[in-house]
Amino acid sequence: MAEASTEYEHPLMKVYREQLNCGFPQVRDVFDDCMAEALSILSKEGVDAYLEAAGFLCRMGHGAEPVLAFLEKWPAVAEAVGEAALAPVMDGIRTMYKSPNGKAILPFLQTLAAAARRLRSAEQMQCYLDLILNFMARTTGSIHGIHQTFPSPGLPEFFRQIPLLLGQLSINGLKNWVEYGVRNYGDHPERQEDYFRLQSSDSRAVIQRERSGTLLIDHERKLDLYLRGLWRDSDHFVPYSLHFDILRKPVPYYDQLGIRLPDVYDDFAVPGSPLSISGLDRYRAVLAHIVGHKRWTTAVFADNLSPFQRMAVELLEDSRVEALAIREYPGLRRLFQALHPVPAESACDPKTASCLRHRLTMLSRAILDPAHSYKNPDIIEFAKRFHDLMAQGESGTQEMVDLAVAFGAKTRLQSDQLPNIHFPDTVVDYRDDNRQMWKFIEEGDEEEAFDQDRKVELTEELKGLPPRHYPEWDYTSQTYRPDWVSVYEALHPPGNAADIDRLLAKNDALAKRLKRLLDLLKPQDKVRIRYQEEGSELDLDVALRSLIDFKGGAMPDPRINMSHKTSGRDIAVMLLLDLSESLNEKVAGSEQTILELSQEAVSLLAWAIDQLGDPFAIGGFHSNTRHDVRYLHIKGYSEKWDDDVKGRLAAMDAQYSTRMGAAMRHAAHYLENQKADKKLMLILTDGEPADVDTKDGRTLIEDARRAVKELDTKGIYAYCINLDPKADEYVSDIFGKQYTVIDNIQRLPERLPELFMALTK
Amino acid sequence: MTDKDQYKVHNEPFYQVQSNEVALYQAAYAARLPVMVKGPTGCGKSRFIEYMAWKLDKPLITVACNEDMTASDLVGRYLLDANGTRWLDGPLTTAARIGAICYLDEIVEARQDTTVVIHPLTDHRRTLPLDKKGELLAAHPDFQLVISYNPGYQNLMKDLKQSTKQRFTAFEFDYPEAQLETAIVAKETGMDEAMTAKLVKIGTAARNLKGHGLDEGISTRLLVYAATLIKGGVTPRDACRMALVRPITDDADIRDTLDHAIDAVFA
Ligand SMILES: Nc1ncnc2c1ncn2[C@@H]1O[C@H](COP(=O)(O)OP(=O)(O)OP(=O)(O)O)[C@@H](O)[C@H]1O
Ligand SMILES: [Mg+2]
Repeated sequence: MAEASTEYEHPLMKVYREQLNCGFPQVRDVFDDCMAEALSILSKEGVDAYLEAAGFLCRMGHGAEPVLAFLEKWPAVAEAVGEAALAPVMDGIRTMYKSPNGKAILPFLQTLAAAARRLRSAEQMQCYLDLILNFMARTTGSIHGIHQTFPSPGLPEFFRQIPLLLGQLSINGLKNWVEYGVRNYGDHPERQEDYFRLQSSDSRAVIQRERSGTLLIDHERKLDLYLRGLWRDSDHFVPYSLHFDILRKPVPYYDQLGIRLPDVYDDFAVPGSPLSISGLDRYRAVLAHIVGHKRWTTAVFADNLSPFQRMAVELLEDSRVEALAIREYPGLRRLFQALHPVPAESACDPKTASCLRHRLTMLSRAILDPAHSYKNPDIIEFAKRFHDLMAQGESGTQEMVDLAVAFGAKTRLQSDQLPNIHFPDTVVDYRDDNRQMWKFIEEGDEEEAFDQDRKVELTEELKGLPPRHYPEWDYTSQTYRPDWVSVYEALHPPGNAADIDRLLAKNDALAKRLKRLLDLLKPQDKVRIRYQEEGSELDLDVALRSLIDFKGGAMPDPRINMSHKTSGRDIAVMLLLDLSESLNEKVAGSEQTILELSQEAVSLLAWAIDQLGDPFAIGGFHSNTRHDVRYLHIKGYSEKWDDDVKGRLAAMDAQYSTRMGAAMRHAAHYLENQKADKKLMLILTDGEPADVDTKDGRTLIEDARRAVKELDTKGIYAYCINLDPKADEYVSDIFGKQYTVIDNIQRLPERLPELFMALTK
Repeated sequence: MTDKDQYKVHNEPFYQVQSNEVALYQAAYAARLPVMVKGPTGCGKSRFIEYMAWKLDKPLITVACNEDMTASDLVGRYLLDANGTRWLDGPLTTAARIGAICYLDEIVEARQDTTVVIHPLTDHRRTLPLDKKGELLAAHPDFQLVISYNPGYQNLMKDLKQSTKQRFTAFEFDYPEAQLETAIVAKETGMDEAMTAKLVKIGTAARNLKGHGLDEGISTRLLVYAATLIKGGVTPRDACRMALVRPITDDADIRDTLDHAIDAVFA
């Protein structure tokens, strides 16, 4: 664009350009725009300092990028934190320039405006600069002790992440996060880079820890209980970050994959009131609203409605589902009212702005809050029409369409079309984006039918024992399919027993606690049974008391004997582990997989049962069609809880599917042969029975249910520990009441032994 | 001879019928089949039996079983007195003699050997051997055995043996559905239905959490307690926390959720 210079130029601009004295053609291209912005924000001295600083960056020898970034960003920075921040910022840049960290100047400048918008004050900016310089000094050149030669590996990465970091952390939190990285990876360049690039897990974990507000991951269980308890609903929660996307704030919504919620909510201070709504209650408000849609909204066609009309329909439908939710739980009104904005009636000027949003939000407020103070007759009329409709029952989405269209027609203004839309106090942030509310006539049926059967093939690795065949229950015909399933039993491959000892050592505190409980359960060698009419010995205390009663003419207690019984416990246990593919998933909010946690839990349980002296066996299973169900022998009844067993447990691995019934039948034949009063089969699983060759999901559920019945007649008590939060849909069908769902999988290691003890005490 | 009349239920107990259980019980009684009533704690099992005894105009002998109970406690024993010894019938024997309905509440709590003594009474023999006394007691034609059993304990040790289970016909009870339960609590306590409906709502929320950290939901009995407290002047929120939430859980997340339910129900 060389010809740009030949165009007309305002004489003042020419003066500024000369003052800058920077020859990069890219700079010339944007100079006028940048100056225009600078002039509207900076003071006269501020402009001079701006140009001087830009001149330094231009001649610094790092190309055109730094000066460009500065020219473009500085006015915004000055706007956010004041132009006086320039001096300390430039001091910082000079320090970087003189150090081996010149390369970090560009990312620093590129993210400076975003940082300033978060920091919001000169003081905060100063803290930020101090933090950077300290960080730089401590990570530069310390490698191999060669002084100040190598640039800080983490610094440029750090700058690239800064908008995100400041989006989530207070400056203090940021400081702690940096501190952690510097302290732990100060002399490890690659890992330092990973840490500051947010690639390492501890890096993210420290962010979580330093974050303020109510984190979704910390409260998922409570919210799940809320949905189940109050709404008989349940769904996955999928967090999104409010901070990745600073321009367009994402809004909650739901679809087949779950309910999308912000990953963190701060407490909400209700304007003009000392009241504050906790982050947890804000989540509950979102959930109540979304459940309302799920229950009461039926999608309507969008095609014939204008965007404005749709907006009105959405708003009235939001009000309707909330009104119905409040009917269920009147206390919700308080919550919604506190979170719903109260637009001032005169806030929007229809001469200069589009007031549609403002009007609709007022209507929404008026509907929600019977004590509203709006005078606008249309608002009052339509709020009344809304309540009249609701008074007749639940109304419906279509009726809201009609009401919305009428409202639009009645209140339409020319200025609704203005590009300048009045936004303040018109965002109801606990409401979802209503994407489920609309359907479109032209939309095709895009359902893809894809069948991706895993190939049925028998893997060769199976050696040793020939298969055993088991029947499977066919619920459609209510008959057994004889010899339908082949179960191959194999010894579980060995691993490193020390791994299990390490897991046990890690849970040392828990083990100590369990030990106390175990001691209570432990069979005393001899138990004395008192108050027996017939027994092996006279119980002197009681006999004397009886004699005294008798002599005194009162009725003596004839139960003056006692007897002894050895060991009250006679239980044989079979622990059956689902080792299907899904166990490889990570547990929400944890770095561990379900498999790892199960391993930990099973180790503790095995240790506990071993302490009690109950005979027990452990088996694992997975399946790849009915021709190939594997039963992996981990511990037999005659084996000790020793390194061989621990080794197998350590090598535990998850793959394929879950043909539960067959595995239970196979495990049962071992348990059946045990001589014990009580026989307990514990089944640890994370999902429903399923296999690739079985299309009808019901089949394997019904078969497993049948297997439980078979076990019952053999005197085996089957009990399921299910890790699938969605297990309610099937687990009671299979196990009746003999199951527990563990929602908080992270607590499995302590829950499993506790459960076992509760079951057998 | 024991006075039959003292075991009669003289005033009609309030029992809210839920379905066809009354007719079915009458049929079971007509055939003198032993009955097992299953269901969670405090759902109305005892009340039902009491009501049926009244309706059939038969004496009712109830035995609350406990861990220390032995067969002799049920059957009877010799007692010493000034003249030597004297046999005293236990409640089960009394019931078999006079033709009462014998209700063994929470039979699984009793020692294993106790369940065995009821076996001959529950099949075609309808006899009770009093070994020590050397008597084989043939049960009175009006005698019927009823046991209650809460399968929700989820405890291997407290499960009935198949051989015991299979001697009974069974009624499965559960907490009544919301409207019925509202009526029950209202009638039982004299509290208005608007308030009892709210209590039931909280009860329902807790029952939805069964298996997710709660072994049992809030029982009808606890709802009756809460209503009673409110009638006595306790604020609804306090009454609910005290009678509905605190007794059933130590799990902080569940407590928090149910407390929230209380707040949501009482605007
Ligand atoms: N159908 C009903 N009609 C009248 N009252 C009922 C009914 N169901 C429950 N109740 C009320 O619930 C209370 C508890 O019932 P009940 O004592 O019969 O319980 P239960 O099932 O025997 O409990 P548990 O297993 O703990 O002994 C009763 O005192 C009564 O107030
Ligand atoms: Mg009872």
